[in-house]
Amino acid sequence: MSGVLAVAEHCTPETAHIYSGCGYPAPSIGDFFFEPIFKIGSFEFTKPILYMLVAAAIVLIFFWFAFGKPKLVPRGIQNLGELGLLFVRDQILRPHLGKKGDRFLPFIMSLFFFIWIMNLFEIIPGVMFPPTSKFAFPFGLTVIVWVTYVGLGIRHQGPIGYFKNMAAPSGAPAWILPLLAPIELFSNLLIRPFTLSVRLMANMLAGHVLLLVFALGTWYLFDLSISLLFSATSLAVYLLVTLLEVLVTLLQAFIFATLAAFYISDSLESAH
Amino acid sequence: MLHLAQSGTQNPLVPNLTELILGAFAFFLIFGVLAKILLPRISKVLTERTDAIEGGLQRAEEAQAEAQRVLEQYRAQLADARQEASRLREEAREQGAQIIAEMREQASAEARRLVQAAHSQIEADRAQALQTLKAEVGSLAVDLAGRVVGESLSDEARQRRTVERFLTELEQQPEAAAR
Repeated sequence: MSGVLAVAEHCTPETAHIYSGCGYPAPSIGDFFFEPIFKIGSFEFTKPILYMLVAAAIVLIFFWFAFGKPKLVPRGIQNLGELGLLFVRDQILRPHLGKKGDRFLPFIMSLFFFIWIMNLFEIIPGVMFPPTSKFAFPFGLTVIVWVTYVGLGIRHQGPIGYFKNMAAPSGAPAWILPLLAPIELFSNLLIRPFTLSVRLMANMLAGHVLLLVFALGTWYLFDLSISLLFSATSLAVYLLVTLLEVLVTLLQAFIFATLAAFYISDSLESAH
Repeated sequence: MLHLAQSGTQNPLVPNLTELILGAFAFFLIFGVLAKILLPRISKVLTERTDAIEGGLQRAEEAQAEAQRVLEQYRAQLADARQEASRLREEAREQGAQIIAEMREQASAEARRLVQAAHSQIEADRAQALQTLKAEVGSLAVDLAGRVVGESLSDEARQRRTVERFLTELEQQPEAAAR
């Protein structure tokens, strides 16, 4: 194959075929970096930004039509909106924050639906790219979550009490504190936001790469020969992975929102 | 699949500043609209709906209780009415019987009275007739006897005694016959 690659100067993913002398155009990290659609100075408007804004618009428009003029007897889109609201409230919010945590519902709902719609773009035909696989978006949301739960912790447990409770969990024997305290502080203040953002980004990135592998494979192997069989197999796997990714998009949004709710509840309870 | 030339900038863990700012901005937009406008509206409606459903259930329960109460009342009234009716019937029957008894009593008393009056009248008539007869029988008998014996019993005293004796005999005769 290396010899083939050497001669294939003209090869692009569009033209590469199994018997054309071009190698398989494996997806790379470069597939997550786009030329800007337009530029204003150093401001670069790229495809992920466009998709992210479209996702935000979809969430806003959907809930505007669902809850803008709510009726006592719900009809149509309001039913769907209420279904979403009750799912977030009863499956994500209340298990951690209880009924008194309903004041965080707008926050958790915004997180869940914004992330979920961005994730869904991974498998929407014609879009096929999840903005959440760009680290900036999960990172930005994580910073907001981090500021929220640290702020709430300081407000509810006091600026010293919060960090003291965090470093020395109740029930821990005194002799272990020198070891435990740095781990706890490190874990709560740095590991948590890092894993929260990277988990989402990495899952969506991996999902997108996986879909690319089989989409490109289907195209690369497509040939009116025995390779047609390989191409069909690749297509079948691609469809299965798409089904899997439907679950992943939902699951990752769910995990992000659930952990946000959990971190907030952790900050509200002074007795850790 | 446009690959940017310099792979040095292609670190997936380095956030793009533009994306970061715009992403956060978009999130705050969604959060603001949901928190300030849309969720208060839907929460109000959800609360109202819960109230309406609970209120409706409560109203239905109240209505049912009311219906039950009215039914009980109606049944009690019906039972009372039946009892009253049977009581009235009984009373009427008793009154009827009493009236009939009274009437019968009155009628028999009247009948007795009438019979009594008739008896008295007959007795009086008889006594009167007897009295009349006594006077007439005396003179008739004297006349007859005078004529028969051809001797005038002019002596008043003798005449009277004879008549008295005759009459006494006459009175005793029917009594003896009655025995």
